[in-house]
Amino acid sequence: MTARTDVFIAGGGFAGLALAIALRRALGPSFAVTVADPALAAPRTDARASAIAAATRRMLEQIDVWPAVAGEAQEIVDMVVTDSRLDDAVRPTFLTFAGEVAPGETFAWMVENAVLLAALRERAEAEAVTILTTPVTGYEAAGGTVTVTPEAGAPVAARLLVAADGVRSRLRDLAGIATVGWEYGQSAIVTTVAHEREHGGRAVEHFLPAGPFAILPLVRNRASLVWVEKTPEAQRIVGLPDDGFHEELEKRFGLHLGALEAVGPRQAYPLGLTVARAFVAERLALLGDAAHRVHPIAGQGLNLGLRDAAALAETIADAARLGLDIGGPDVLERYQRWRRFDTLTMGLATDGLNRLFSNGSDVLRLVRDLGLGMVDRTPLLKKVFIREAAGLSGAVPRLLRGEEL
Amino acid sequence: MSIDLNRASTVDQAEIARFSAIAETWWDPRGKMAALHKFNPVRVGWVRDQACRRFGRDTKRIDTLAGLRILDIGCGGGILSEPLARLGAEMVGADPATTNIEVAKLHAEKSGLAIDYRNTTAEDLAEAGEKFDVVLAMEVVEHVADVPLFVSICAGMVKPGGLMIAATLNRTLKSFAMAIVGAEYVLRWLPIGTHQWDKFVTPAELETAMSEAGLVVSAESGVLYNPLADRWGLGRDMDVNYMMAADKPD
Repeated sequence: MTARTDVFIAGGGFAGLALAIALRRALGPSFAVTVADPALAAPRTDARASAIAAATRRMLEQIDVWPAVAGEAQEIVDMVVTDSRLDDAVRPTFLTFAGEVAPGETFAWMVENAVLLAALRERAEAEAVTILTTPVTGYEAAGGTVTVTPEAGAPVAARLLVAADGVRSRLRDLAGIATVGWEYGQSAIVTTVAHEREHGGRAVEHFLPAGPFAILPLVRNRASLVWVEKTPEAQRIVGLPDDGFHEELEKRFGLHLGALEAVGPRQAYPLGLTVARAFVAERLALLGDAAHRVHPIAGQGLNLGLRDAAALAETIADAARLGLDIGGPDVLERYQRWRRFDTLTMGLATDGLNRLFSNGSDVLRLVRDLGLGMVDRTPLLKKVFIREAAGLSGAVPRLLRGEEL
Repeated sequence: MSIDLNRASTVDQAEIARFSAIAETWWDPRGKMAALHKFNPVRVGWVRDQACRRFGRDTKRIDTLAGLRILDIGCGGGILSEPLARLGAEMVGADPATTNIEVAKLHAEKSGLAIDYRNTTAEDLAEAGEKFDVVLAMEVVEHVADVPLFVSICAGMVKPGGLMIAATLNRTLKSFAMAIVGAEYVLRWLPIGTHQWDKFVTPAELETAMSEAGLVVSAESGVLYNPLADRWGLGRDMDVNYMMAADKPD
């Protein structure tokens, strides 16, 4: 017996869960949404943290997830960018952002991934999203329906299938959608440190020759580190014994926040840029990392994924309220047009930033320091960057503007 | 729109295959009806909003037309009837062309929608005493022989407290340039000969016909094409495409 649902979402990460919640809240109890992901069987153990841009926070507020996260969210009060060599005694500051996008609304917050995922999961259950703890092994689109085959249990017939199944999306491969992109030969070391003194909500990004080293403030005097090195060096550092790791850490972090202690597991994630050649196929839409993976230099991966979710939720809701076929080619085309431009802009911008900054050349250093210095002295440019970082530029979906869907 | 004189009561397999092929192209948003597919969401939205206003419904609900009996005159392949049925309306689609009705039936079945398609005319439905909450005459007024007579027949089928909505083309120099020269000859959106400009209807003529049929015009809007965005939208300019809603008093 084939079960029925309106939208079937393969993948229960940030974007998949946020889309499910937004659709249920907007379209009511008669609109059935299913999310399938084996990772939903147990609580998440993701040790990473993410920057939540202002627009993303507005969306989380709209879908009633933010209240469960707020107590664990650290406001980024300001951000300092330096450009230096590892052995420079003083790291000159080239750029400071004290970013408010609206009076009293900061441009970003730091939240641990596990906290956000748990809050999304809880809200999805409260909104009666059907949750399957099994992977999807295949699908077939025919006529007005897509039939999805979960590994365990009966097939499910849906009007639209959403592939939110990550960078190595199986559904994207099954749909025959190729990707373009490249590896940077860099990896990001991610870990959490506890420090003695208050960080005061300040984020610090050192552009070191090997790549950016970002110190992102977390609640309770902790910081999340995103530390980019060439891949072999990253693997060497991650594999060091604790005191060796600590030494490398201190060399980069400095002692401005007092004594340091690594408190989380440390992992290295290879970095690359991947963009799917198409974001849609027959009865299928790609969402989040399945559609694109960008360099984490500007902390935009999660925000891009939630922007996809906001745009797709709006496209589906508008179509459903007109009685249109929500999985039809017109509707999917609208989503694709909306998201591809934004993704390419962000992908190329982060790629350019990385190429500019992951470089020890003195000439490039001069260019970027002049550039940053200019940005620092130009309030208008700074405002543009803050709005870009906050996710408030371009054709902004209603949820990201803090409006009801 | 062509009138198909083949009214055979039994349809053979070859005919069904032919209808299926037409249905495929008819419903292909990039096929020969592409212009209609782009135009459709705008008129569906306006019809929904007018019905919600008249019957006190919430436009955000996906079953917002539940319980309303709606007639779609000149339903073609069902491109307007299907969305309204999905929104909960009890749809009757009427078209004098057999091909259109067969295409519409096949597609509704594929979409899993129950729509009562009939190979008939407004006159025959009125004669049979059919009544509706909403009567739609979208892009048909400009094809009929006698506009006031046609409007009075439609109005007669509207229940007291109900609504009639018509969409058509205005008879202006601009509509001649855009709908005939532009859409038919230059852009090739529509087959040459689809429209006869002298049969286009001005808003004043339509309003007079509706008033004489006992209706009160309650809303009107232009439908405008933005060539840069390749999108249709609503606007105040009623020189070419426009829609008009009229209420039947309780």
